[in-house]
Amino acid sequence: MAPPEAAPPEAAPTATSGTAPSAAPTVLEARGVGKRFPGVVALDDVSFTLRAGETHALVGENGAGKSTLIKVLTGVHRPDSGELLLSGRQVRFARPSEAQTAGISTIYQEVNLVPLMSVARNIFLGREPKNRFGLIDFPRMHAEAAALLGGFGVTVDPRRALGTLGIGTQQMVALARAVSVEAHVVVMDEPTSSLEPREVETLFRVIDDLRRRNIAVVYVSHRMDELYRICDRVTVLRDGRHIHTGPLAALDRMSLVSMMLGREISEVRRHGLTSFGSAGHDVAREPVLTATGLVRRHQLDDVSLELYPGEVLGLGGLLGSGRSETAKALAGALSLDAGEVRVGGVPLGRSSSAAAIRAGISLLPEDRKAEGIVPGLSVRENIVLAALPRLSRAGIVSRARQDRVVDIFMKRLRIKASSPEQKVGELSGGNQQKVLLARWLCLEPKVLLLDEPTRGIDVGAKAEVQALIDELAQEGLAVLLVSSDIEELVEGADRIVVLRSGATAGELVGENVSEDALLAALADHTAPADAAEPAGAPQPPDPAHPGTPAPADTAAGAAGAVPLTQPAGPGSPPDAAPTTRRAHQAPASAAEEDPR
Amino acid sequence: MNPTSSLTAPGTGVKGSGPGGKADADRPASGVTAAERLLSLVQRQGVLAVLLLVVVIASFAYPTFATLDNSRGVLVQASFLSIVALGMTLVIITGGIDLSVGSVFALGGVLAAWASQWGLLPALLVPLLVCGAIGTLNGLLIARAGMAPFIVTLASLLGARGLLLAFTDEGATTYLVPKGSAFAELGQGTVGGFGYPILVALALFGLGGLILQRTSFGQTLFAVGGSADAATLMGLPVARAKVTVYVLSGLLAGFAGALNAARLSSGVTIIGTGMELDAIAAVVIGGTLLVGGAGSVSGTLWGVLLLAVIQNLINQIGSLNSSYQSVVSGGFLILVVVAQRYVSRSRRTL
Repeated sequence: MAPPEAAPPEAAPTATSGTAPSAAPTVLEARGVGKRFPGVVALDDVSFTLRAGETHALVGENGAGKSTLIKVLTGVHRPDSGELLLSGRQVRFARPSEAQTAGISTIYQEVNLVPLMSVARNIFLGREPKNRFGLIDFPRMHAEAAALLGGFGVTVDPRRALGTLGIGTQQMVALARAVSVEAHVVVMDEPTSSLEPREVETLFRVIDDLRRRNIAVVYVSHRMDELYRICDRVTVLRDGRHIHTGPLAALDRMSLVSMMLGREISEVRRHGLTSFGSAGHDVAREPVLTATGLVRRHQLDDVSLELYPGEVLGLGGLLGSGRSETAKALAGALSLDAGEVRVGGVPLGRSSSAAAIRAGISLLPEDRKAEGIVPGLSVRENIVLAALPRLSRAGIVSRARQDRVVDIFMKRLRIKASSPEQKVGELSGGNQQKVLLARWLCLEPKVLLLDEPTRGIDVGAKAEVQALIDELAQEGLAVLLVSSDIEELVEGADRIVVLRSGATAGELVGENVSEDALLAALADHTAPADAAEPAGAPQPPDPAHPGTPAPADTAAGAAGAVPLTQPAGPGSPPDAAPTTRRAHQAPASAAEEDPR
Repeated sequence: MNPTSSLTAPGTGVKGSGPGGKADADRPASGVTAAERLLSLVQRQGVLAVLLLVVVIASFAYPTFATLDNSRGVLVQASFLSIVALGMTLVIITGGIDLSVGSVFALGGVLAAWASQWGLLPALLVPLLVCGAIGTLNGLLIARAGMAPFIVTLASLLGARGLLLAFTDEGATTYLVPKGSAFAELGQGTVGGFGYPILVALALFGLGGLILQRTSFGQTLFAVGGSADAATLMGLPVARAKVTVYVLSGLLAGFAGALNAARLSSGVTIIGTGMELDAIAAVVIGGTLLVGGAGSVSGTLWGVLLLAVIQNLINQIGSLNSSYQSVVSGGFLILVVVAQRYVSRSRRTL
């Protein structure tokens, strides 16, 4: 816990340290809010209450509706149904400026400031201090900005262009801007994702100070340790629906994670959603791909894994654990600060997609629309896109060879299109995904990296894609399966490597490939007994995977991605983590806990 | 390092690894370094150095160049373009473009000459009203309807030129400014030998600089051009700022046209063609980023003067075909843009 004496200077003297009022009035309330975008229901009858002076965690996986809810609360989106109440009065925000005027201030995950403008201008944009002629008083503005930032432990010349600063410092500037406005509510969307541990401490001090000034904080994060450390209550969203609201202390990590991921799988089973073969695959002895100690600032902190031909290796982890980043790093699409990827024993060298493709690695990206399909091109053109060099002679593409390849894959993957000339944008999500799969398969890869291959596609297509993955592995392809769907992981993978905070945290093999074991591994360090590492190690920072010590020169910098450096850290059982503050608050608010 | 590029680098990195890893490298929080200051100065005032250099060399090489008469001529010529370019600077800083200014300039001149028969006030108000209305239309279509500035202002370029032709019976009618009227005096009168248009332009630039640098409105323009999304999320009046710059651009172009008509004593219908490109060139040469978010009105002033001096020099070199003026101006434009890219890249990687 942050030491109470570390309070920023402007702390209100009346507040009693560390007490969150359990019967505090509600400052902001959303009632039955619904929001739909073309084709997606982002929020479905979601209610949310925020009390004065509390720090309220908002959690959920990707697509759960956290961001949309925040954008509704801050006036970026207008809800289609439901209402917003601010201090009991109904409000409608037409644009962000109205929410800000009403006292709701926001720090967005991706720093939303203007990089070309100076730090001071960014902090004071729209409310610059003026001299008596009505002109901006720059000396005063710079002095005030420097003083404000000093309170956050940031010593930077406020005249410097924001874009020349590191991302962490930029985030602190955004924090300074948000807090310096007279606000009743501060919304923080993943505020620590790019902060160094020292800056995280500063942030927590600021939040403690806000609490003392009776300002409510909505805190969105997927870092369990942070949530348990500073949040009073939690609201869980899943698939755009409200799942649970209650005191965080009354909820252990396991229950929280299972609520986020959703374990109501009986219904899914009935529809035959998962169609992986039940038997494991024949796995070769020699790994086709080895990754050792992959490090990338703020994203990956020592990821190591081996991938064998003929197996499906699952990559498990919560949102932000580095799942997608690992897949991208293996495919050469993300440059690395340290670590090595070898294919068939040969190092890949400098990160480049072209080199990875030549070495036989294909990545099916997570964001199908942005990184995969070209919607305006036909099915045929999309499939042969990456294979064009192979299908052409002296730069001239052979149409006959194209047609042959396209024909084979459309049959093999059962792509439902009116003809190879149909535009991919007109196909269903599942068929788009199959077109993408065909694109990579016609390169005849040795390693296939699948990042959320079944996200956003309907149940039938999902089953087909899963069956295909199974088949491909049986044919000897090495498959890495990244999925936030734990059932898909458990059913589909022969082996699961678990990532936490950008590092390999353990591995599930044999009969440990089960939902319970995976949930436990995701929730905290109490992984199953025979997991590949001493689980629940109390010594932060996270001990590296045995045999792959973190490179000394990067260890310090990369620690920013590990929010596990707190003394009240992951080793202690989750129920012991809450402080007296939350403990005494718990009984009063337990009544409204939603038992689903 | 610009946060947007670092965030998109991994995403777009499928076709080639982004520079994200290196660019994320943090630096100790510190003050503005001397090198950074120098680069920033070059970016902002480099064109002034070039202008002074050209002027000094020309003064030695061509004895007729540095004469008072010649200087007055160059300055008056430049004053009309400079007023148009002032509006263009504001538009470009918000990340927009206004292609209609050349037509609006000509239309403003014709309207002023026509209205000057009723005196000074109508001669100024009529063009301002009409050109302001064109600017308002541009701004509303761009900011409220979300249309591309290039298309909207291209349409109003054609529209304003069409209005002008209709008003002058396809250019057959030329409206004359009454000799000796107050309006004619505004274009032709002098103070200490320097024409009124020069003084008016200087006053407008002073005011423009003050508004841009020292008011919340000016800061909003930079924010809109630097990141319109961020500006919206910060609660700044983005749409209002966009509409305002197009209105100002229309007003300034119309006013410059009126001043020019007063100087020429008639509403010339064939002027202003391609003037929008000269204005854009002057703005960019002056160090304003074409993508928006950074720039200054002083740079634009130097940019306009540089173009005017080059034109004058080529006229001085009697043997050189005056058509080459555009070649030289184009060459300068390329040089400046290359230098800008270099400077802004060094600033980022410093």
